[in-house]
Amino acid sequence: MEITGAQAVMKSLEALGVDTVFGYPGGAILPAYDPMIDAGFEHVLVRHEQGAIHMAEGYAHATGRVGVCIVTSGPAATNLVTGLTDAMMDSVPVLAITGQVATTAIGSDAFQEADVTGITMPITKHNELVHSVERIPQAIKEAFHVARSGRPGPVLVDLPKDVLNQTFTWDWDQQVDLPGYRPTVRGHGRMIREALDLIAGAKRPVIYAGGGLVRADAGDELYRLATTLALPVVTTLMARGVFPDTHELAVGMPGMHGHYAAVRAFQESDLLVTLGARFDDRVTGKLSDFAPDAQVIHVDVDPAEIGKNRAVDVPIVGDVKVVLGQLLDVIDERADKGDLDTLTPDTADWRRHLADLAEAHPLLVDQPDTGVLKPQTAIRAIHERWGDDAVYVAGVGQHQMWASQLIPYTRARQWINSGGLGTMGFAVPAAIGAKVGVGRDTPVVAIDGDGCFQMTFQELATAVQHDIPVVFCVVNNGFLGMVRQWQSLFYDDRLSQVALPQDLPDLMKLADAYGIPGFRVSAVEDLGATLEKAHAITDQPVLVEFRVDPDEMVFPMVPAGASNDELLETAEEWYERVAAQTPDPAAEPTEPTTSPARGGDA
Amino acid sequence: MEARHTLSVLVENKPGVLTRVAGMFARRGYNIHSLAVGPTEDPNVSRLTIVIGTEAVQLEQIIKQLNKLVNVLKIVELEPDGSVEREMQLVKVSADPSLRSQIIEIADVFRAKIVDVDHDSLTIEAAGNPSKLEALIDLLEPYGIREMVRSGTIALSRGTRSITDGARPRMRRVV
Repeated sequence: MEITGAQAVMKSLEALGVDTVFGYPGGAILPAYDPMIDAGFEHVLVRHEQGAIHMAEGYAHATGRVGVCIVTSGPAATNLVTGLTDAMMDSVPVLAITGQVATTAIGSDAFQEADVTGITMPITKHNELVHSVERIPQAIKEAFHVARSGRPGPVLVDLPKDVLNQTFTWDWDQQVDLPGYRPTVRGHGRMIREALDLIAGAKRPVIYAGGGLVRADAGDELYRLATTLALPVVTTLMARGVFPDTHELAVGMPGMHGHYAAVRAFQESDLLVTLGARFDDRVTGKLSDFAPDAQVIHVDVDPAEIGKNRAVDVPIVGDVKVVLGQLLDVIDERADKGDLDTLTPDTADWRRHLADLAEAHPLLVDQPDTGVLKPQTAIRAIHERWGDDAVYVAGVGQHQMWASQLIPYTRARQWINSGGLGTMGFAVPAAIGAKVGVGRDTPVVAIDGDGCFQMTFQELATAVQHDIPVVFCVVNNGFLGMVRQWQSLFYDDRLSQVALPQDLPDLMKLADAYGIPGFRVSAVEDLGATLEKAHAITDQPVLVEFRVDPDEMVFPMVPAGASNDELLETAEEWYERVAAQTPDPAAEPTEPTTSPARGGDA
Repeated sequence: MEARHTLSVLVENKPGVLTRVAGMFARRGYNIHSLAVGPTEDPNVSRLTIVIGTEAVQLEQIIKQLNKLVNVLKIVELEPDGSVEREMQLVKVSADPSLRSQIIEIADVFRAKIVDVDHDSLTIEAAGNPSKLEALIDLLEPYGIREMVRSGTIALSRGTRSITDGARPRMRRVV
């Protein structure tokens, strides 16, 4: 049967089981929007293409399926750049379909022409400019395969307008043919045994659980490994929830704003069992001082991550779910023979030590009973109200760190945020995409800052128009809080361009303008009653604004470029340290790898 | 310690592949000494020869990052002792008739060829490893080099084995 390229795009997406695409029509992609009227999937009309890709990311984060967005050429495609980079950094499976000017016009600086495959080459896992209509089904099938297999990531398919209009005989039966792409799935048998030997001999082992475990759906395997061998678990920002925070083996989040015990667990450990994590600078602090006594087992599906930042003693390339299965097979075998003891390290003292640290160093919040509302209190209340069933989606900045620190996550995909790229404006569209993915029965709560919110709140219209009932919480401190925190601590409290007046815009009027209920909490005593009201609304989007104390800072904190041993628990500690020594150039956040060009939001 | 490494990289012969490889080197801050691209015995496969100066740890990372490119089929590091490396050079030298024979004599010693002659110049084609070509230039310099061009290094491993063995699932042996 002869069909057009545009029809082939629809049939390909249907054949791949896509249920929703997020998009925005325009010139070069127009041919695709006609057969879309009859396509077997929903189209969510966004308000800005950045919204489309963040929604696709949110959908992928929440479901593990490939998120799909479709936009036109030129400016629409370049508006995807931030989201593609975000998906690349956090290994989010996304398929972006972009229109392109006709093949005959390519290279002529035609209207809305941009070299999109050229622009997105470094920020996609792969991309392709499709030159012939016959190639369309295969290109989309391959893109899907590359996006979700191995280390997931974004893939872009660029479709010239004339290719969309040409006709050909539909053929979906060709196999994926990528001779240069064969991700390793199974771990090396000898390395599996060596890993178990190292674990058995360790005195202070800790599992360094990363986002790869979430991507691989390996939460159950992680749970069995940790609980069978009694190994403490630290979960990174990208992995929060993959091991339940409520479990006694959970130590918390590591890194710059990590939990005290988790940061110390790495520093004092003699063995890091690294699973789908990548020794990011926000986790390691000063790399040469990171976990100085630890040997390292590193499991990752991406061989390039192994040895990239930290030398490894036992490298295992493979899908972390499969590799954990291999480890568990050996463990089960030994258990059947009754000698599980030979694999189990004695961690009782070590675990007691970590529990003591956690108890001695809780997160500090000085919340008066009445009046001023602390942002931490607001975030705790959000979790108390919406509970463990909800999915929480954050922007970037102080509110993100608090939401990660303070909410006890109990399952994978319950916590969604922009980790690697630190994309302000992520929360609103990502929460909408996540809600589309998880369906009506699971509440999705965006926890955003006032700066972040203003970058992408135009997507409230998308949520209203498509009846996507997300709870949008804005922690409004009237500042770019994280940048302000850095200016306060490291630039002698000289605040530069960080004030965002709390009333600008008036968020209650904004809610009104979008026709959704809006609630504002300014005093701690009103918190419970107001959230009660907001929580009662489940059939439409809701906006909840928290007017919070602008002076709060996120602690613990490792100063930029410093060793994790220099973890601060209060601002006073830092000021005392600064006063005690002559100005120390190492304390200045001048290192390009660790200083934030855009430090984030309230 | 930084050392010179020669990588042979088989890639799918598709548009943009060279950009993907070059872009990866640029954005990760790796330096390329020389790069040569050309066809192989299979029209679907191109071969890049990339010479880099780098430390062992970084070399491993470069190879891994190259491998992540979907269009890259195979990467082999060619050891200096186990491979033949060549660069090609064309040099236009000032040569008035009185000096012509001297220059031709030098070219002969280097097994270089005279590929063009004019009233007061000679163009010499030479192939060899980089040090041989530099030695030739050194000797020609006093006569006055008007213009020169040099290719990137190309290299093959010694012996019967081919790096394309097993890298080309779609290629069949014809003979």
